Amino acid sequence: MWRDRLLPGLAAWLAAAAPAQAYVAYVSNEKGNTVSVIDTDSWTVTDTIKVGQRPRGIEFSRDGKVVMVAVGDDDTIEVIDTTAKKIVDTLPSGPDPELFTQDAAGKILYVANENDNTVTVIDLEKRVRLGDIQVGVEPEGMTVSPDGKILINTSETTNMAHFIDTAARQVVANVLVDARPRFAKFKSDGSELWVSSEIGGTVSIIDPARHAVTGKIEFAIPGLRREAIQPVGIDITKDGKTGFVALGPANRIAIIDATLHTVTKYLLVGQRVWHMAFTPDEKYLLTTNGVSNDVSVIDVAAQKVVKTIQVGELPWGIAMSPR
Amino acid sequence: MVRWLVRAIALGLLATPARAAEPIEIGIGYLHHAAIRSPLSLVEQPAENDGIAGARLAIEDNNTTGKFLGQHFSLDEMRLKDGDDVTEAAAALAKRDGFIIADLPAAEMLAAADALRDHGTMLLNAGAIDDRLREEDCRANVIHVAPTRSMLADGLAQYLVWKQWKRWLLVTGSHAKDRLYADALRRAATRFGAKIVQERTFEDTGGARRTDSGVTLIQRQMPVLTQQAPAYDVLIAADESEVFASYLPYRTWDPRPIAGSAGLVPTSWDAAHDQWGAVQLQNRFIKLNARHMTALDMQAWTAARMIGEAASRTNSGDARRLFDFIKGPDFLLAAFKGQPLTLRDWNLQLRQPILLADGRMIVSISPQEGFLHQVSELDTLGVDRPETKCRLH
Repeated sequence: MWRDRLLPGLAAWLAAAAPAQAYVAYVSNEKGNTVSVIDTDSWTVTDTIKVGQRPRGIEFSRDGKVVMVAVGDDDTIEVIDTTAKKIVDTLPSGPDPELFTQDAAGKILYVANENDNTVTVIDLEKRVRLGDIQVGVEPEGMTVSPDGKILINTSETTNMAHFIDTAARQVVANVLVDARPRFAKFKSDGSELWVSSEIGGTVSIIDPARHAVTGKIEFAIPGLRREAIQPVGIDITKDGKTGFVALGPANRIAIIDATLHTVTKYLLVGQRVWHMAFTPDEKYLLTTNGVSNDVSVIDVAAQKVVKTIQVGELPWGIAMSPR
Repeated sequence: MVRWLVRAIALGLLATPARAAEPIEIGIGYLHHAAIRSPLSLVEQPAENDGIAGARLAIEDNNTTGKFLGQHFSLDEMRLKDGDDVTEAAAALAKRDGFIIADLPAAEMLAAADALRDHGTMLLNAGAIDDRLREEDCRANVIHVAPTRSMLADGLAQYLVWKQWKRWLLVTGSHAKDRLYADALRRAATRFGAKIVQERTFEDTGGARRTDSGVTLIQRQMPVLTQQAPAYDVLIAADESEVFASYLPYRTWDPRPIAGSAGLVPTSWDAAHDQWGAVQLQNRFIKLNARHMTALDMQAWTAARMIGEAASRTNSGDARRLFDFIKGPDFLLAAFKGQPLTLRDWNLQLRQPILLADGRMIVSISPQEGFLHQVSELDTLGVDRPETKCRLH
């Protein structure tokens, strides 16, 4: 039914499409144990790479030469060469890695290890573990502040965003948020930290300087029960004006006025939408839809879903090539 | 706008420094009997620490969180022996602890609740599934974490009706709790449009649970028990006493699936549950206890986590304040069931999805799609507000 609705949008997009710069998106398929490679020019899957068990968190290296994917059930992070499109290395991630992030230089990797309440610090060049930081129960969301000084980790059962000093590798503050915080995202100027709470059904807006929740984004979709609205992935445009929040089993992306912190529009995407990534020019936003096994392409300016791409089984994470 | 601001300011206060000076001590009592249940299946013999092992894990989880908030939780176990007076034990615990997690039979649960009525100690019922404790015998100082018989029966019934297995042959044991389960199943059949085509009773004549030549006898008994039944889709066994239901699968006269006390069993938790991050909890439990996590373990974990959650949200260890918060509209708990668990304010029963397990896998999770409710779909399970006989206070 919703596919009918996107046809006009697709037509408009086809008409307007200038030969866009082609980027490459890597999608981790949690059940399929594969990574789908999407070309953003043709919007097709060009490669499917076999990886370890239960791939979820996925990121490009800063230089774009490799993609790292956490394969939780194999207790490691695999490294995919983006030219050869195959696994060339593994990283000592600690048990059950799910989400991870890297510093601005791309030298240090921080990994959330759900099974032992730690964040593992890895030197990417030397491929060695530099240490662990004790955090709350079931660490999940990971992000580094734009100035690189603070690492954020969210813990799902402790219900906190932990502020970790990246130099001292110590927790310096803890901010309580709503139940089961899953993802954290800074505005590009570092003025706000957004944390999604899957079971609480909100996104907390945190002032990173004061370590305080200053507001919450709430969601309400007519005809949908409150429990089905489960915020997960977040992205915010570089100008800090527009936010996007994936609402899980509500099958929608909420578009947020990032100044007022209110929802301006809900976009129907696929079923159980998890995470998202912008193309570097921010013209398009790609979302992974777990249950419907596809990726939705959103035209950011038009605020419309313009395409759906079939990928592997239970797509979860997504990473976009830096250039 | 003003409300929003007030809320934002209140939330801001919850940010905490990395370390607090003196942690607040929060003691949680745990009152139970030595494990006495003896099921037919050798692999389902309850562990000596069934239940309390879950509470111990929750205390660890609470303390991981507590170290960031300056709160420290401890568990204060009291195990009743035959002949011990439950009211004395409860009163002794209440002197030390503001909360008592109780795994007690219904009559003892009531006695403990009444003995503690003026103590300001909150009881969390982790074990008793009796509807009457939430209905005519409800008490204002008891929160019910265990699901009720009617919630379990409704969870099963919704799935069977969704599956179009609507003709049930109901076989009930001869003990009181078997009959209570049969009552809940009859009610569920009426509510969701199933038909009980016939009822039979299995008389418990006593005897040993295990004998060397038992299989031969059972193989002859079970077909006889189930022969000449009217056409039916599924056999439902109401056998909480665990006398016969586990003998039914593969032994019925007609080839039919079994549900209820054997076969497809409705439960609050199962070691096979792996959705919504549950694997993390299962792994933590196995690491701590070197065994799988049972429904009773999960109910005790949930009870202790409710206290921990209230303590972190209110930044307090005061029993009265925590109790009020748990009963209030802002309380919710994430417990690996895919949606928040909240409290029914009319009888203090925790709303929760019901898992349907076959002993190896989770077959489905109720409420089923399409069973709608104006407040919460979880209220399609069990006795709802308009039907309740509970009058708190």
